[in-house]
Amino acid sequence: MASLVVFVLIAAACLAAPVIAPYRFDAIDLRAMSQAPSLHHLMGTDGLGRDLFTRVLYGGRLSILIGLLSAALATGAGTLVGAVAGYYGGFVDSVLMRLTDVAYAIPSLPLLIVLASFTQADATSIAVIIGLLSWMGTARVVRAEVLSLRTTAFVEAARALGASTRRIIGRHILPNAVGPIVVGATLAVGNAIIAESSLSFLGLGVQAPVPTWGNLLQDATSTMATYPWLTIFPGLAILVVVLAVNFLGDGLQDALDPTARSS
Amino acid sequence: MSTPLVRVSDLRQHFPVRRGLLRRQVGTVRAVDGVSFDVLDGETLGLVGESGSGKSTTGRAILRLLEPTGGSVTFRGRDLTELEPDVLRALRRDMQMIFQDPYASLNPRVSVGRIVREPLDIHSLGSPEERTTRVAELLDMVGLSPDVVTHYPHEFSGGQRQRIGIARALATSPRFIVADEPISALDVSIQAQIVNLLADLKEALGLTYLFIAHDLAMVRHLSDRVAVMYLGRLVELGTRDDVFGAPLHPYTRALRASIPVADPSRAAARPRPAVEGEPPDPAALPHGCRYHTRCPFATDVCRSAEPEWRDLGTSEAPHMVACHRAEEIA
Repeated sequence: MASLVVFVLIAAACLAAPVIAPYRFDAIDLRAMSQAPSLHHLMGTDGLGRDLFTRVLYGGRLSILIGLLSAALATGAGTLVGAVAGYYGGFVDSVLMRLTDVAYAIPSLPLLIVLASFTQADATSIAVIIGLLSWMGTARVVRAEVLSLRTTAFVEAARALGASTRRIIGRHILPNAVGPIVVGATLAVGNAIIAESSLSFLGLGVQAPVPTWGNLLQDATSTMATYPWLTIFPGLAILVVVLAVNFLGDGLQDALDPTARSS
Repeated sequence: MSTPLVRVSDLRQHFPVRRGLLRRQVGTVRAVDGVSFDVLDGETLGLVGESGSGKSTTGRAILRLLEPTGGSVTFRGRDLTELEPDVLRALRRDMQMIFQDPYASLNPRVSVGRIVREPLDIHSLGSPEERTTRVAELLDMVGLSPDVVTHYPHEFSGGQRQRIGIARALATSPRFIVADEPISALDVSIQAQIVNLLADLKEALGLTYLFIAHDLAMVRHLSDRVAVMYLGRLVELGTRDDVFGAPLHPYTRALRASIPVADPSRAAARPRPAVEGEPPDPAALPHGCRYHTRCPFATDVCRSAEPEWRDLGTSEAPHMVACHRAEEIA
């Protein structure tokens, strides 16, 4: 529950960045370069004198969007592929799983670079690209789960009742596989935020001066020893959000599991 | 009471045994290997046999929860083994199953109300309000309070869960019910309740049961006719009184001798052990009569030729048996 509050607070603050932020995100102040955190600059300033607090707020808008969107995509695609492969088995399973292996085997960074260079580098297309490159883990886990659930007596009971395949998968199998699905989804959020930062670093992600937590972190790595706050605050932001999403996932699992509910 | 509701002819269910890297088929388990019988309208047919005899597999193959390897199952004039999936799904309204394990057969994430309602939703029976009424009616029928609809399966005991499973099976008003060892996972004190419930429901709703069990006392209590299965084949089939009173097959006799007797003085006087040893590997069946490895009456004929399925009963009450020496033994 607390994690939900934290997550909503951060997301709301980022959304309201234009109202809350004390400066413009690209306002350069050459008299205040690389300053440590102070009352004027809550998180300090970067090498161009831009207020880090402002940039973290603005950065969160894109980072959270990319994180959630690509996690949703990856989880959706992975669950679909895994469920179909696990339920039907046999030939369908072999084809889908070999496809998954191939997708796994392709080094994702070069592919990301290729794909990103063909599309405009806006946040949505980056989220889609990242999402489409990170569904494989979920697909494998979901397939394994479905393989074991498909032989349970309650699934057989549903078949005996005349339930359609879609109903069996949707009502009986997937609800019992939410655990691993949710875990995969929460991990994907963090991974997507980081993946975006790699792209930004290579100049293929969200373009400067628009900040994301990823590119803030990347920019700061070279000066980590001298100006540690530039690394710490974006890093902390990512950490808190990923942690909150993880706890949120835990909470969601409990909420969906009637046996864990206290009566 | 004499027209067949279900006719099973030469039903076969084989499972490949695969080994190794290439998943090569190295053998076949003949779980059900040529079984034929009728289930008459309105009767309870008990199907008994020890673990691994293929009785549950038979039940599931009849309802086409498995794809039978061979043979046919005719239900109300239609061959279930040849139906298209959509047609079969629609027909499932009329034939239902009660499962052995009341813990595994209820989805833990679905409330009792929705479990019982699901068959009505699947087959679009009645308006939403009528379905709600029907769920309450069904729960009442199996002896549960209508308040349980919002609860989840884990909140119930085994007996109560089995009642929920029965309510679900009855939701679409089926004619034919396969009860796959419905009591074997329950406490002894609960078993009688469930058996009586099944008997009452049969009476009230005019159901036809295929009652699969290894508890012979319960089968004797509930069944009109009894079929005995051994290693994928029927060895005997007849009225309850014939099969239990005057068994023709040595295996049936051995099973009957293994029914516990409450009186210790009578128990001590009984010949023992009733059934010796373990059944052979179903992937490597013995030649000739499948029972010859454990049969005290086995001769050379039994070891070489498979016995015919023949009728030694009367025209009103056929008594089928598969044993070369049935007349001599009986």
